Amino acid sequence: MKNQKRWGLFFFLSPVLLWLFLLIVLPHIDLLAMSFRIENDDGQMVWSLSNYLNFFEEPIYWLTFVRTAIFSILVTFLTFVIALPVAFYITKVVAPKFQGFLLVLLLLPFWVSELVRVYGWMILLRESGVINHFLIKLGLLNQPIEMLYKDATMILGLVYTSMLFMVVPITSVLDSLDNSLIEAAYDLGANMWTILFKIIIPHATPGIVSGSIVVFMLTLGNYLTPNLMGGKNSLWFTEQIYNQFIASFNWNQGSAFGFLLLVLSSIVVWLGLKLTRQNLRKVVQ
Amino acid sequence: MLRKPPLFSQDVKQRLAIRFFMQIDLSVQEVTKKFNEFIAVDNVSFEVPDGSFFSILGPSGCGKTTLLRMIAGLTEPTEGKIEIRGKSMLGIPPNKRPVNLIFQQLALFPMMNVEENIAFGLRRRGEGKVDIKKKVEAILERVDLAGFGDKKIDQLSGGQKQRVAIARCLVLEPAVLLLDEPLGALDLKLREQMKVELKMLQAKVGTTFVYITHDQSEALVMSDHVAVMNQGVFEQIDTPQNLYNRPETPFVAQFVGDNNAWSGRIRQCNDMTAEIETAEGPIFHTKVRESLQPGDEVDLFLRPEAMLILPDPSLSELNRFHIIVKDILFDGANSRLLAHPLDADTELLIALPQTRQYDYIQKNDKIEIGWDQQSGICFRRS
Repeated sequence: MKNQKRWGLFFFLSPVLLWLFLLIVLPHIDLLAMSFRIENDDGQMVWSLSNYLNFFEEPIYWLTFVRTAIFSILVTFLTFVIALPVAFYITKVVAPKFQGFLLVLLLLPFWVSELVRVYGWMILLRESGVINHFLIKLGLLNQPIEMLYKDATMILGLVYTSMLFMVVPITSVLDSLDNSLIEAAYDLGANMWTILFKIIIPHATPGIVSGSIVVFMLTLGNYLTPNLMGGKNSLWFTEQIYNQFIASFNWNQGSAFGFLLLVLSSIVVWLGLKLTRQNLRKVVQ
Repeated sequence: MLRKPPLFSQDVKQRLAIRFFMQIDLSVQEVTKKFNEFIAVDNVSFEVPDGSFFSILGPSGCGKTTLLRMIAGLTEPTEGKIEIRGKSMLGIPPNKRPVNLIFQQLALFPMMNVEENIAFGLRRRGEGKVDIKKKVEAILERVDLAGFGDKKIDQLSGGQKQRVAIARCLVLEPAVLLLDEPLGALDLKLREQMKVELKMLQAKVGTTFVYITHDQSEALVMSDHVAVMNQGVFEQIDTPQNLYNRPETPFVAQFVGDNNAWSGRIRQCNDMTAEIETAEGPIFHTKVRESLQPGDEVDLFLRPEAMLILPDPSLSELNRFHIIVKDILFDGANSRLLAHPLDADTELLIALPQTRQYDYIQKNDKIEIGWDQQSGICFRRS
């Protein structure tokens, strides 16, 4: 009987295990091995640390790396600041019958591919774009200004892309917040800010942390938006990886960069969990 | 140490205080609340003197919670005035009002421990750390939870949560403490116990309590005065004894305690005694409080305990009639007979004293019932 159960478990688990092993673990092991190998002068592959040493010796590499990390944290924070009021409005302010409608409205843009959405922004923001056209028509500008290919534009695009992944988890935790807690705090003399920081945010922390992890990872690993909206100036680390693999055809260097990015995201997520005193199991639930 | 004997007894002092210094803590004047077309609270006025226990009793949906939320400031009245200790509360938000509300679900903050919960209001006032600690410890002792400061909310039992919620409000020394059916979530045994505890606590701290409930026994046991509310209107404001013995409207008669309703027509009425022919058959004589005309349609209410089983034949002032026992509802001291009159199937509840004297009564027995003319409650049907 016990044996049977074990076989049943194994039977149903095997597709997942195969998927994980063949498509994720195995290629990563190969990439990891590749990142420690270089071609020597004789054209033979030998073990070496120089792919990693290159990263630390060449300032452009690690500066891009730090810039990507800082911008990703900034994007995560901005997304949170915008998403919290949106989630609060959807769960607590609006009539329950409109809640579903508003969530669908939020979801709707995500039925279109990211590429199309980014091109949408480009049509709005570029030098000959819609916004410039209207500003000139209204007489606010004499000549069009280039709004694309700036850090601010890139951050705008990244925040826009990540919004949903922050709003949904926060909405679900705020749904479970009893309205009478807010009223009780108000009744006991708290003002709006105290209620926000003492009641709402502590209650919503698991949702905020899980949303932040998703948004941070997605932003850090995003290639399309920084490349299209930030242009050549964006200096996003994923572009360095792309360049190594595709432009320089140096797969060994590329996989070393890939692993550095993986380590970075793991460290930042771990730090984030430690700082907010959450554990991964609780957040993933 | 020798103490001087007090000049007046406690009772006399209290009465003097009420006569000369009675302060009105809460005054609600002609308050109305409309939600679109629906009138939740309709022109309600009442006053609660300092240190008293005032209850608002009504069925669910009668507007009592709305009224309480208006006093707390969580809802604004459409019309009317609310004054607390003589100050108008119009437009003052809940965090600036000297009242505190205990919610039905208590609304303790799960992200804080007991001590932080109680200190929450004090911190908002910006009191010193040492003061806060002292006050929290004092109030915990007062509600018999000394040493519970470090406990988390989910470690407490239902009764303990109750007391934390009360402590959290009382520590702020509000002019009026509002309670929104706080015993509703407790099981019966604990509810009975908390009823007595709450009344004792109120007497000890002397804070004015305004308590709303749909449970008449809670209201009757604890309160100095009770207002019975129905469909947004106050039907009667009185002491618990008067509500039970002299209800002023048919609703109060039926809602407060059990009552048997008869409908009938006046045959004659003189000297405040009416002869009523009931639709169910028997003809009764009863005292009435207003002069009624022959032919008037009336409702007559009789308490289960007003009806005596097999009355002594020598008693002449009694109304007598026969019933058939449908069932015996045994419930300890609260046991009743479920019965109907001979020629009608109106259900009657008759108190069945557990003195073993009536143990022989069986289902389908035909027995005589009598009731005193003083104990009928009669209203003209409008």
